[in-house]
Amino acid sequence: MAAADIARQVGEGCRTVPLAGHVGFDSLPDQLVNKSVSQGFCFNILCVGETGLGKSTLMDTLFNTKFEGEPATHTQPGVQLRSNTYDLQESNVGLKLTIVSTVGFGDQINKEDSYKPIVEFIDAQFEAYLQEELKIRRVLHNYHDSRIHVCLYFIAPTGHSLKSLDLVTMKKLDSKVNIIPIIAKSDAISKSELAKFKIKITSELVNNGVQIYQFPTDDESVAEINGTMNAHLPFAVVGSTEEVKIGNKMMRARQYPWGTVQVENEAHCDFVKLREMLIRVNMEDLREQTHTRHYELYRRCKLEEMGFKDTDPDSKPFSLQETYEAKRNEFLGELQKKEEEMRQMFVQRVKEKEAELKEAEKELHEKFDRLKKLHQEEKKKLEDKKKSLDDEVNAFKQRKTAAELLQSQGSQAGGSQTLKRDKEKKNNPWLCTE
Amino acid sequence: LRLPETRTDAAMSELVPEPRPKPAVPMKPVSINSSLLGYIGIDTIIEQMRRKTMKTGFDFNIMVVGQSGLGKSTLVNTLFKSQVSRKSSSWNREEKIPKTVEIKAIGHVIEEGGVKMKLTVIDTPGFGDQINNENCWEPIEKYVNEQYEKFLKEEVNISRKKRIPDTRVHCCLYFVSPTGHSLRPLDLEFMKHLSKVVNIIPVIAKADTMTLEEKSEFKQRVRKELEVNGIEFYPQKEFDEDLEDKTENDKIRQESMPFAVVGSDKEYQVNGKRVLGRKTPWGIIEVENLNHCEFALLRDFVIRTHLQDLKEVTHNIHYETYRAKRLNDSGGLPPGEGLLGTALPPVPATPCPTAE
Repeated sequence: MAAADIARQVGEGCRTVPLAGHVGFDSLPDQLVNKSVSQGFCFNILCVGETGLGKSTLMDTLFNTKFEGEPATHTQPGVQLRSNTYDLQESNVGLKLTIVSTVGFGDQINKEDSYKPIVEFIDAQFEAYLQEELKIRRVLHNYHDSRIHVCLYFIAPTGHSLKSLDLVTMKKLDSKVNIIPIIAKSDAISKSELAKFKIKITSELVNNGVQIYQFPTDDESVAEINGTMNAHLPFAVVGSTEEVKIGNKMMRARQYPWGTVQVENEAHCDFVKLREMLIRVNMEDLREQTHTRHYELYRRCKLEEMGFKDTDPDSKPFSLQETYEAKRNEFLGELQKKEEEMRQMFVQRVKEKEAELKEAEKELHEKFDRLKKLHQEEKKKLEDKKKSLDDEVNAFKQRKTAAELLQSQGSQAGGSQTLKRDKEKKNNPWLCTE
Repeated sequence: LRLPETRTDAAMSELVPEPRPKPAVPMKPVSINSSLLGYIGIDTIIEQMRRKTMKTGFDFNIMVVGQSGLGKSTLVNTLFKSQVSRKSSSWNREEKIPKTVEIKAIGHVIEEGGVKMKLTVIDTPGFGDQINNENCWEPIEKYVNEQYEKFLKEEVNISRKKRIPDTRVHCCLYFVSPTGHSLRPLDLEFMKHLSKVVNIIPVIAKADTMTLEEKSEFKQRVRKELEVNGIEFYPQKEFDEDLEDKTENDKIRQESMPFAVVGSDKEYQVNGKRVLGRKTPWGIIEVENLNHCEFALLRDFVIRTHLQDLKEVTHNIHYETYRAKRLNDSGGLPPGEGLLGTALPPVPATPCPTAE
């Protein structure tokens, strides 16, 4: 019954001393738990699987609620991750649940890079935590932990074996996150095929060296149940948010013409086992493994990558801190320099184009001026012409009136002439009169 | 006019490299309150957590400071109902009062109700016992900071232990002599310096030498003096987390503290029960009787309600303050000087200047 750590410390020269009465520190676990409860818990689930395997439905079924979100189409150009956070409350426990789902996984023609966005996302969460941890002024105890605690990998219910995409992706993820593989939509497989399918999957995982999460068996109170559950992996699940009346109760189920698959019936699928393992027994262990194993591994690799080594105990440890900072600043400085260069080039090009445009504008102006001048000259000419024509017309008018005047004078002076003219007119109607 | 559009476009595309698919960083989380229908089992995490902590066990480091003869060891033994501290009265001839303040840390493992705790009692023989007691708090401050340094070194390692051994001082009981007048200059000096780096709980020792009125007057005077001198003892006002904490802690700060205690490891028969107490010609002083002294309050406060909080304040606040100062002090190195053998300023010989 000796806890490993305390036993080690006892070995280091600490005696165990008997107590003469009740001291009261057996309330310590309660004190600790109460603090955690008041702070609230975080749990982050990543669902990886092809479109249409029922990831969202399973989440809804697990947590008895309808999370929002529309089903994705198959036409995504690349794999993306969609993340949502929810506040759940049960009795006095508050849980900040984050569900991250892949969108478009397995839909592309070329799936070589499909795993990359997922790995990058997980690393980004680790990086954010590492950044916070390395800060000078940090608030780790209030930090919203966004690291992925468990990855549910959805396997398509083909009944044959794992797809190569599955193997590749799981292999890339197994050192970064706790993987629990599950067979989705398992009501598509018959019971006998299911057993063979599970065996095939497990052997393929083992042959390819993929390390999936094993439920811990070192704590006696849960060793037995965890041990039996380990043998049932991968869990064959069915999800449903619709309720069907069975007997005299409403239960969550999927109704087919030939029968009804009950979600919470252990003979029909492993949903209850998944819920038990994931939430009711091992949630804390998943969180702990993420922090002490996966995160530490990431941290170690990242720091070694940046060139740090553990120095001997005498020398100061803070070379880590500011050399990390210094390297980071250096890197940022480089990025800035590049950005500057790009900006300079851009400015240059803009200048050139501006100059060209100015040239063009100038030409345009000149042309306009020329045309305007031409137009003015034309106009002047026309005006001159008009003037001369007007003069002619005036002159003609003047002569006309003068001629008429003469005629009228002439008619008075020689009325006989008019008579004569009239006579002449009678005789000759072709003569024009005034 | 034909503007060379095609040329500039090609040039632009040279500038901007092909966009790499951005790593999907999550959008700012939107908290949605979902109501639950049916039982899920989220609250089992409490049980899971409790199981795990019981398995790993707890550490607790308590330091006792005060002049010799104030009953420090007896009190700690009474607190933990076992011989975890060795009384100086039992020292033999050779181990006289040391010339300088010594720091002695002794660890024991105690178990109760399935909970294992590694208790380390840090004794400070020689404090305040010299003729000239100037700066006698320095070795203590140095020790406290050394523990922070040790922890920090472990934390900064690349390959870290799964559980960093915690030797930091979680609680410092400062024993005030029951003169009945006021605090002594040494008391004030010590608490002024140390209250900024460690949780200090002032305790009035050997309180059976004061009557009830003397006791309450003395306590009031002590509280006043501490306030006037800007000494924040645990539970510090600024670290109250919510209203509930504040009201609870206010009551303790303004009424109960400093606790006037009596310690004893001998049992006597009183009213048919065996109780811990001190036998005097005029009666038996029962240690755990609230009418006689406030030992039970101290015990409940330190062990039964605030033990975890003492550790958390030490870790989240005092340790973080030390770390931030340490990292700031050794900042400003030119980059590229190499990792090993980087010339860093040494850990200051005098205690780190505490934030004012």
